[in-house]
Order: sequence, then C-alpha cells, then structure tokens
Amino acid sequence: MDLSLFANPVFLVQNLVDGLSRGALYGVYAMGFTLIFGVLDILNLAHAATFMWCAFAGYLVMAVGGLPLPAGLAAAMLAGALIALLLELLAFRPLRREGADKLSSMISSIGASLILVSLAEAAFGAQTRRFPNSVLDPKPFYIGGFSGVRISRAQILILAASVVLMVGLGLFIRRTKMGKAIRAVAASQKAARLLGIDVNGVIVVTFLVAGALAGAAGILVALLTNNIVPGMGNQIELRGLAVVILGGMGNIEGAVVGGFVLGLVETFTIAYAPGGSDIKDAIAFLILFIILLVKPNGIMGRGKADRA
Amino acid sequence: MAKLLEVEGLQVRYGGIEAVRGLSFSAEEGRIETIIGANGAGKSSALLAISGIVRKAGGSIRFRGEDITHMRADRIVRLGLVQVPEGRAILSPLTVAENLELGAWTRSDAAGVRAELERVYGLFPRLSERRAQLAGSLSGGEQQMLAIGRALMASPKLLLLDEPSMGLAPMLVSLIFSTIAGIAASGTSVLLVEQNARAALKIADRGLVLSHGAASIEGTSEELLANPAVVEAFLGKV
Repeated sequence: MDLSLFANPVFLVQNLVDGLSRGALYGVYAMGFTLIFGVLDILNLAHAATFMWCAFAGYLVMAVGGLPLPAGLAAAMLAGALIALLLELLAFRPLRREGADKLSSMISSIGASLILVSLAEAAFGAQTRRFPNSVLDPKPFYIGGFSGVRISRAQILILAASVVLMVGLGLFIRRTKMGKAIRAVAASQKAARLLGIDVNGVIVVTFLVAGALAGAAGILVALLTNNIVPGMGNQIELRGLAVVILGGMGNIEGAVVGGFVLGLVETFTIAYAPGGSDIKDAIAFLILFIILLVKPNGIMGRGKADRA
Repeated sequence: MAKLLEVEGLQVRYGGIEAVRGLSFSAEEGRIETIIGANGAGKSSALLAISGIVRKAGGSIRFRGEDITHMRADRIVRLGLVQVPEGRAILSPLTVAENLELGAWTRSDAAGVRAELERVYGLFPRLSERRAQLAGSLSGGEQQMLAIGRALMASPKLLLLDEPSMGLAPMLVSLIFSTIAGIAASGTSVLLVEQNARAALKIADRGLVLSHGAASIEGTSEELLANPAVVEAFLGKV
C-alpha cells in the first residue's frame, strides 16, 4: 500500500467527490427499489431493466433527437414512470388480484426484466452508444489548478439532481397527503381501504414515482459513464439490492445512506487498496456483510413497523 | 324512521367454512344498533363484508337506499359508512395527527376537516396531547380513541364499531362507551358489535344476537336484557 497517498489531501478530496457521486447514483436507484418493497413487500427485479431503458430513452431524445439536457432528463424519468406503470398493470396487479404469494410476484418481475432486456437487445444491438460532446461537455472543472481536484459536469449534475430527488421524495412521502396515503398502504392495506383510500390507485402512484427514480438513475449513470448498452442494468442490480438491504428494506432514508456508504467504500477501496479495482466488490461486500452482522435490519432498520 | 342500512341474507365463506349464513337486519337513522354474540359467531366477518373488505358469498346490502353489495371498500367509505375494525387498524408508523388526517382522506372541504379535527381533539384531549407521537407508541385505550376519532374525521353517516372494548380496562371501557353514546346523540348512527353484551345493551336502542352466523334473537335493548336466553348466554347471573 502506498502510504504517501494517505498524506495527500487532494487525492483524499478527489475520492470523496468520486465516491459521493457514485453513492448518489446508488441512492437514487435504490430509493425507487426500496419504495416498492416498502409498499408492496415485493422485490421488483425489473427495476434494473427499467433503469437501462431510461438511459436509452434519454439517449434517443438527446443524441438522436438533438434535444437539450433537461429534455433528456425529463424523457428518461417519464419513460421510467411509464415502464413501471406497465409493470404494475401487467406483471404485479393480476397476481395480487389472485392473491398470489410474494415469490410469484418476484418471478413475474424477473420475467418482465428478461423481456425488457431482450427487447433492448433487439432494438439497439450490443453495440455501445455514446453521447456526442454537445450533450454534456466532457471537460471537467479543476478546483485548485490542474493538479487539484477534478470534477466533471456529469458529477455536478449527479450531485445536484440526487439532492433534489432525495429531498423531494422525502418531502413527498412525509408531508403530502398522497405521501401519507402511500405510507398508510405500506403499513396496512386493509386499514387504508377502511379509510376510503383507493389502494390500487396509491400503488400506481408508487410505481410512477419509483419508475421515475429508476429513470433518473439510468440517465445519470449513462451521462457519467457514457456507455449505454442493454446489459448496463447488471452493474447496478446487485448493488442496488445490497444498498436496500444495507439501509433497511423499505426504508427510504436508509437507501440514501446505504447508497453513499457503498459508493464511498467502493471508491476508497479502488483508490487505497493494492489491486483495488479487482477486489473492490469483494471488499465492499465484505464491509456490507460486517455491517449487517452488527445491524441485521440495516443501518436505519428498526424492524417492519417503521418502513416507508 | 328511515332505514339507513339494510342487510338481506348476507353470507360469508372462508374456503369451506360458512362464517355468516343468511344474516338479515337493518339499522335506522339516529340510533345505536348492537350485534352481540360469542367469539366466532361471525360478527367481524359480517362487518367486514358490509364494508367491502371481505367477499360476500351471497345476500345484498343497501346503504341509504343505494345497493352497495358489490361496491369497492373506498367507495363505501365515501358514501358515509365508516368502520373501526376489530384490532383498531391503527397506522403505527404514522403519527397521531397523520392518522387523523388520513381519516379525512375522502373529504375535500379543508375548513370542515379542520373543524372536525378540533372536535375530535375536544372529544379525546389525550390525542391532542400526543398528536406528534407515533400511533404505535400509544396505549391500547389511546389507540381505541384514535381509531374512533379517525373514523369521525370522515364525518360518517353510520359508524361501524367492532369490539371497541377489547383488551381495555373497565374504566376505559366505560369512557369509550359513554363517548359512543355521545357520538350517537350528536347525530351519527352507530352499529356496535360487542362481546361485552351488558355494556353494549346499556347504550344501544336495539340489539340482535348473532349465533352461528345468523340472527337468533332480535329486539329492543330492554327486551334483550330481560330475555332469559340472552341473560344466560351473555350476561351471566347478577
């Protein structure tokens, strides 16, 4: 291990910037994933495929359609909401109506995921798509001169957008009437129905929000990596699940904290551990494992009662 | 008096088990009607079927003249038929104030909802003191107050109460029952399901005894309190 790295403040801040932006992406992705789990108690394993399709939606609008960045972000989030709505109507609601168990819903979402990925492969091929430089200037900013801390426009966008989405979702869930209804449905569908809440309607809203979050994560990851392929969901799928478990299943604040923890751990492992990028997953998941040994319900988990 | 709720030949089945078999009764406006019966007589199943929570295997239900037999649960609440179910169905991870706010989910008159909230806090000052607390942290009696207060937030025409005395100390039971009598006096009709037959008949106008999923004895509270079969089965020797 190169000990001089520890004495280098620029290197430290650089990794903080990289780790926080990586963690922000995990957080945004995991918020949608955990929201659906909190409300319905099911793992929507098509969340990663939704994420991937939204990256393509943003790509089509900006790189092919030539529209500016805000239009691309909006298109990606809209596409995510739409795909999530279809998932609810076609993959989840019919099973719920028949009173199927949670495992069937999970299998159903795996099927939906395979369909979505195959459709993307058929539509876009295996070839990597990249944004033209006109979409987002790839030249980074330097803080403290060329030997200082480097931060790309994509990273600034990610940090800004993720703060807006995290605060926005928190306010929506905590403060608005619909947010409270979502928490009511999460706590007890029967109680919610007895209050006059249209449970299926609330579940639709939940999917729209979760899908839009998958969409935001998809387009932001695409802008950061500039590497859009039908298999891009694989990279984030398992990490998203790990983040959700780490934060406490169904816990939105937990997903945000878990996202930042994983992002920072991965980045610092790559930076400071010998052979870091080869072993980053091993180290990252070892740390998750240890955290879960200490806090089996996740960092923010206090059992089922406080979910969503 | 106008019929508020008319239940005709209601049946509820769980798999092969008949929980309610041909229950018929009606509730009139401005009254407290009570259904008493032993554990497992089908009282809760009947109420959940009326509210649209469990599927009806047969029969019909009319509320304020409208057929609600196949209506969705949330629509039934909108019509003014609101239930406090057995076990209270408190939303534990939400605060007391949030529970009450969601009680008014079906209403859009903000001023009316605010006035209702003040009435509920007036009725149950304990809830007002604990409005910012999580509902799950309340005691059993406070949770029952919250459940009733939350149902009142919807401004119901008919309030269905399933075992409000369950698990409460005798002092709290009499507090809850006098509150129920007060709610009825202020114009909300009440259908009260109870195992605590004596307390229920004391405040009710009429009652019916449910046994094995059907009505066995019906009458005014006085008649039931004087009926030897009721006394023996539910009231014991005094």
